[in-house]
Amino acid sequence: MSILINQDTKIITQGITGKTGQFHTEKCIEYANGKNCFVAGVNPKKAGEKIFDVPIFASVKDAKAATGATVSVIYVPPAGAADAIWEACEADLDLAICITEGIPVRDMLVVRNKMKQKVAKGGKETLLLGPNCPGLITPDEVKIGIMPGHIHRKGRIGVVSRSGTLTYEAVGQVTELGLGQSSAVGIGGDPINGLKHIDIMKMFNDDPDTEAVIMIGEIGGPDEAEAARWCKANMKKPVVGFIAGVTAPAGKRMGHAGALISGGADTADAKLAIMEECGFKITRDPSVMGKLLKSLL
Amino acid sequence: MKIHEYQGKEILRKFGVATPRGIPCFTVDEAVKAAETLGGNIWVVKAQIHAGGRGKGGGVKLARSLDEVRANASAILGMQLKTHQTGPEGQKVRRLLIEDGADIKKEYYVAALTDRATQKVALMASSEGGMDIEEVAHKTPEKIIKVFVDPLVGLTDAQAKELADGIGVPAASQPQAIDTFKKLYTCYMETDASLAEINPLILEGNGNIKALDAKFNFDANALYRHPEIVAYRDLDEEDADEIEASKFDLAYISLDGNIGCLVNGAGLAMATMDTIKLFGAEPANFLDVGGGATTEKVTEAFKIMLKNTKVKGILVNIFGGIMKCDTIATGVVAAARETHLAVPLVVRMKGTNEDLGKKILAESGLPIIAADTMAEAATKIVAAVK
Repeated sequence: MSILINQDTKIITQGITGKTGQFHTEKCIEYANGKNCFVAGVNPKKAGEKIFDVPIFASVKDAKAATGATVSVIYVPPAGAADAIWEACEADLDLAICITEGIPVRDMLVVRNKMKQKVAKGGKETLLLGPNCPGLITPDEVKIGIMPGHIHRKGRIGVVSRSGTLTYEAVGQVTELGLGQSSAVGIGGDPINGLKHIDIMKMFNDDPDTEAVIMIGEIGGPDEAEAARWCKANMKKPVVGFIAGVTAPAGKRMGHAGALISGGADTADAKLAIMEECGFKITRDPSVMGKLLKSLL
Repeated sequence: MKIHEYQGKEILRKFGVATPRGIPCFTVDEAVKAAETLGGNIWVVKAQIHAGGRGKGGGVKLARSLDEVRANASAILGMQLKTHQTGPEGQKVRRLLIEDGADIKKEYYVAALTDRATQKVALMASSEGGMDIEEVAHKTPEKIIKVFVDPLVGLTDAQAKELADGIGVPAASQPQAIDTFKKLYTCYMETDASLAEINPLILEGNGNIKALDAKFNFDANALYRHPEIVAYRDLDEEDADEIEASKFDLAYISLDGNIGCLVNGAGLAMATMDTIKLFGAEPANFLDVGGGATTEKVTEAFKIMLKNTKVKGILVNIFGGIMKCDTIATGVVAAARETHLAVPLVVRMKGTNEDLGKKILAESGLPIIAADTMAEAATKIVAAVK
């Protein structure tokens, strides 16, 4: 098993005809069962055409109706990405994964509140992963996003992180030690996003095939602390924790829009302290995340 | 993106928020002329820099005659203004704002910002205006009133009243305060701000409410739809190297240490900086080359790092995913040659085409030190600079 996606997941690609969408869709199709998972693309101007043998539809609704897909991945450029997320919600998908980096925060605020309002009115909830994230992967089954497939290996370790390459770093270490991943999830580096650390930790906790978790965070925002507090009371599996940005100065945006220290509680040191207090095995040396985790098994 | 106080007040006025009358100036003569134009017999001479804490640093002075305006403007213009936000070297004052003096009866605080936890816009107000709000939050958190605004609904009358009541605005001035809060919220949303702060918001002797200061920060992701705000950008207030880096789509921030680092990905870049510190040195910069690094980009990144004379060594840390290690290796070799690199260089490469990348580095004939893990890379570069 795994979380969120597996080899039977049917996926729509929004923005499949753009340069980024094309490039990554091809890689995803080549990975494991991708050929059978990526069943549709969306582009209103190219409905009826095909790309990599994947049929293109005018809308997410049409694509879902024709293929039974339940998940979408979004590569639409920033100015239209929030609308693309909303289109996936209106089509009642289970999960939308938004890779796009650089979406205005106001657009995300509006779409997140529309999503919550829809659920409050009794509508179906569509989960959102990202934006500004690498996506997620269940090794040997399906990869949705921009991560390099070959560094992964099927196994029983869950990985969750806000950062792309830092996720790869953790994954690479786990794989080199002869372990593997159940799923590896990038939740993204933006201040307003969908699934948070706490949501993914809950899923890993419930997944019988996940034995332990590496949780990686960074400066800015309350999410890691919130997840750690939930874990203290509920998590049944060992967790290794790392927070990037001990050396980051306050008030500076460190690449990711959300990686910005704005108070005393969202520094790396403060988060590491809370995680440790909540029972995580923390490290300040990102080179040993994998080894530390192995020692806990 | 940050802007000056006088620019912030222009924006506030556009949205109907009352401010004192004022004129921005670049010279002492302009300042005196501005005071003449404004008329009256009391003016405020205010240094315009992007950092806060200007008053305490001596950048804001009252003048009761045109001679005093001249004297104050001469003293402030060109000074290195040091505040808690500028760092010890201070920031040179190049612009002034000459304003009408205000009859201050009471100072409040109000700000709009995005709240990550609730995914709403927080409007924050306090009776303790004119002070450092973080200090107020720390010492007397009960004196900060917050309401969370659903962007689909906007700031409601009830919420605006809650703020006005909470900070003790007298009944006669409440309609004006409520109106100001609503306009501030509209302004925050419509300009794609990430912070809109009025500190202090004042109650005048005659009961009027006015914004005596204005501090804005804007969402860099949304600037493409606000040319009017981009026009406010003042490059003199920004780090020259950071501006240069942004031209090449590099995220660069200069720091105080002596080891330059070049990394792909923001999280890994921070983790690399942290590892350098963990092994006994300090990073000289944050530098994320992003996902699509070319030889040109890597060369520019080297040039920008090496402009910093404190840099005594460079650590390159790449996790190749979409970006292949051999591409980066070619870029690193070209950059080292073009910049006539004279400081030690440690390269750690993992991921896609790792072996090919390592081969290119080894065969380059350059004294590049290879490392397998981040810890090993940090240990080696720290040893090399000592």
